[in-house]
Amino acid sequence: MAAPMLRGVSPVRRWSLAWVDGGSRHRRTSPNGSTSNRIREQSSVAQQPLHTAQKPRKGGHKWAAVVGLEIHAQISSNSKLFSGSQVSFTAPPNSLVSFFDASLPGTLPVLNRRCVEAAVMTGLALNCRINKKSLFDRKHYFYADLPAGYQITQQRLPIAANGSLSYGVFVGNRWSHMATKTVRIKQIQLEQDSGKSLHDDLRSQTLIDLNRAGVGLLEVVMEPDLSCGEEAAAVVKELQLILQALGTSQANMAEGQLRVDANISVHHPGEPLGIRTEVKNLNSIRFLARAIDHEIQRQINELESGGEILNETRSFDPKLGCTVPMRDKEGKQDYRFMPEPNLPPLVLYDTASLPAGADSQQVINIDQIRDALPELPSATRKRLVQQYGMLPEHSFALLNEAGLLQFFQNVMKETRAEPKKVTSWVLNTLLGYLKHHNLAVSESPITPSALAGLLDLLDSKAISSSAAKQQV
Amino acid sequence: MLGRTLREVSVALKQGQITPTELCRKCLSRIQRTKFLNAYITVSEEVALKQAEESEKRYKNGRSLGDLDGIPVAVKDNFSTSGIETTCASNMLKGYIPPFNATVVQKLLDQGALLLGKTNLDEFAMGSGSTDGAFGPVKNPWSFSKQYREQKREQRRPKLHREREGTDWLIAGGSSGGSAAAVSALTCFAALGSDTGGSTRNPAAHCGLVGFKPSYGLVSRHGLIPLVNSMDVPGILTRCVDDTAIVLGVLAGHDPKDSTTVQDPVKPFTLPSLTDVSKLCIGIPKEYLVPELSSEIRSLWSKAADLFESAGAKVIEVSLPHTSYSIVCYHVLCTSEVASNMARFDGLEYGHRCDVSVSTEAMYAATRREGFNDVVRGRILSGNFFLLKENYENYFIKAQKVRRLIANDFVNVFNSGVDILLTPTTLSEAVPFLEFIKEDNRTRSAQDDIFTQAVNMAGLPAVSVPAALSAQGLPVGLQFIGRAFCDQKLLTVARWFEQQVQFPVLQLQGLMDDCSSAFENEKLASVSLKQ
Repeated sequence: MAAPMLRGVSPVRRWSLAWVDGGSRHRRTSPNGSTSNRIREQSSVAQQPLHTAQKPRKGGHKWAAVVGLEIHAQISSNSKLFSGSQVSFTAPPNSLVSFFDASLPGTLPVLNRRCVEAAVMTGLALNCRINKKSLFDRKHYFYADLPAGYQITQQRLPIAANGSLSYGVFVGNRWSHMATKTVRIKQIQLEQDSGKSLHDDLRSQTLIDLNRAGVGLLEVVMEPDLSCGEEAAAVVKELQLILQALGTSQANMAEGQLRVDANISVHHPGEPLGIRTEVKNLNSIRFLARAIDHEIQRQINELESGGEILNETRSFDPKLGCTVPMRDKEGKQDYRFMPEPNLPPLVLYDTASLPAGADSQQVINIDQIRDALPELPSATRKRLVQQYGMLPEHSFALLNEAGLLQFFQNVMKETRAEPKKVTSWVLNTLLGYLKHHNLAVSESPITPSALAGLLDLLDSKAISSSAAKQQV
Repeated sequence: MLGRTLREVSVALKQGQITPTELCRKCLSRIQRTKFLNAYITVSEEVALKQAEESEKRYKNGRSLGDLDGIPVAVKDNFSTSGIETTCASNMLKGYIPPFNATVVQKLLDQGALLLGKTNLDEFAMGSGSTDGAFGPVKNPWSFSKQYREQKREQRRPKLHREREGTDWLIAGGSSGGSAAAVSALTCFAALGSDTGGSTRNPAAHCGLVGFKPSYGLVSRHGLIPLVNSMDVPGILTRCVDDTAIVLGVLAGHDPKDSTTVQDPVKPFTLPSLTDVSKLCIGIPKEYLVPELSSEIRSLWSKAADLFESAGAKVIEVSLPHTSYSIVCYHVLCTSEVASNMARFDGLEYGHRCDVSVSTEAMYAATRREGFNDVVRGRILSGNFFLLKENYENYFIKAQKVRRLIANDFVNVFNSGVDILLTPTTLSEAVPFLEFIKEDNRTRSAQDDIFTQAVNMAGLPAVSVPAALSAQGLPVGLQFIGRAFCDQKLLTVARWFEQQVQFPVLQLQGLMDDCSSAFENEKLASVSLKQ
């Protein structure tokens, strides 16, 4: 997976850096990124002048960008949020639709316990306050993939609020130095996913697939604490790892299991915040960072040339490498929020407040869920650093590639070689090889045992380093 | 046979005096002959006869399911019935055949009841006359009763000998008018209605029936096409209180498919015989004495209170101070929920779809315009207005707060030692259709729901019991209201009252020649009220 942290560690092909620019680095003049003269992505279509900035232009104003993310994660569960139909991503169209999903009149929502647990787990992992009472609401709008004409969500009182997510970014020039930053989590709410629309322009029709309608989503709303694409990418990556570690979402962006919307505005430091735009359709971490940086630059350009920013929704076109206004979001929608009358308030308990003789099938104990939380990525990385003495950047790199940590640990089990050696081989040689051949860790022709054996040979000086590398 | 109570017929079936098939055929034939009432939208003859056949097998093998086995019933056409068209009396759902049964329908079928058909209503249950449906209005059977006609003759009114197709017939009340007419005309022994603001109790009062509204949360709403989710309940219409208790015993209880049903286990319903009312405290809400109340009903209400008092009960005046706000509050909340609930009717998944295919928006607009009548569209527009961001606080939230006050009024009264409240059900007896339609649906609903809708806002159980015939020979009902989840106690008191008043049975002219003859009807009057 493309991630900024890889840059410093492996002499890999620059495919992972493509989203930044053609090769030059960007820099910040201060830790909180108050000035970010972005280096624009050079696209093949639109040739824009490069704004390389070592320092603010003479007489020019500094610009600060403000980025807030709203992330929708599909909950990993057997059935949907309010109905018993199955959740699966590769079924024939309209084959996983219950009467409730199709909005047949007279059907009622029934809350899925697993989805609530997933929300509590995620809220705890993000240091949120879990609301012991939360409410469900209807958000109304007409769209073909929303059969009921409203979405059930949690607008008034969500299940979790006031949390934080820590993430790592490279600072300064040296890509080997990491700093920890924090983004505040405003709230986490449970809501329904919509169906899918497939536009058939040839026949002037739209095909609707309701398989996805009603699947449970966790919406994670973050405060606008970010300032650039790199930070956003790091945040999203970390959230992905957390969700995957918890098992609450597979969080695969390409499959639509994790969707990110970014709210972006620019302003001069000290002045009020600017008008913001919303950028949607960001379905990879790479695009997400590019889109945000592009939009920031677009807004700066617009304002510097005397134009104004419209409060609109834009979509990222990866081919063009820029954001374009989305046509069908016209005017401001009034969603006419109303309490969902068919769902009583959701009440959660902890060990202290659990009523005596309560049926365990019918209640959720927050303390129990907290005790059963698996190890989170940040704890894993800390442990790796402590256990193996590796650099923090390396611990990030190990976790960022799916399956790589497991591979590393398997090698460690079987080899006598020093952790530092193993780390270097795994992150540089092995990973380099895999990337070069476009392979996932799971497809690696070299097994952990094989690498362990090789490292033992190296360790005992039976073979030379270059010979070993050739073997790989 | 058709004039008997549910319990009596059940005994007759068990004793082999009649078979389910014979009973079913009688009812179907009666439906045909009372077609002019327009009580039924769909008559499910084949289904009913097949069910009768199965019931007969069970009786033959001595394995009948219970009191409802083989009993013909009717269901209001806003309950989903699998394989049977469910229209809500709307063009929007003409031809809609649900693939599942509402939970209450399933429960009846599981007990062996015979589903005769789906009854007529106001479109989407919006109305108090059963006059505004896509299949035409329902006629009150009492329009053609001996009792009414005789009174008219005595008063020398013009238009004496009207045909059944005439124009001076009376409304059946609403919105469950079809169900009420079906039971009242002796085509079935019980019918399901729905009650959101009085839609079961109002037609019950106008048709001389027991109309019961259970506590909100006692009976499942799964499959009931909703009007106002936070106020709707399935209602029961029967000819006597004991029959209602039998049906309620089958229907009540938690449904996992309906998250608003209570989880406490429900004990089976056998109504105790109440002989001593001296420990009872009856409350008379003074705010319900409104100038629009007909003098006849006011006097009947007073007589009923005296009845309890002379039997030893304590009868006191009580106050429900926020009563005057309830109709506006109801209007805001009802229309808001309607706007939301009707959003699903877009022509895409089921139901009516227009021919316009210029754009999705145009298709929605045309479909909804064609599918809904003015009443529905009016409520959607109002509701959306109240839900707008700038109005939400002032209307919806305000109404919810007022609703809490109204509910608290009842709680306070019940906490002060009152067991049951006694009120009128309607302002007057059933009026002629031509007079009813002089005012629009909204005005009529606001007027006619006055005694009934506060109960829905508070989620309480209530029942309308036929009390007497008016001077015109038409039924008048009185309403009892109980504390939440004290449905059994409420019905017990209602039954005592029913036994005191001995309300006469409808005698439909021109239908005396069949088995439900005058002889049987008279016999019923003395038999049904005894156990």
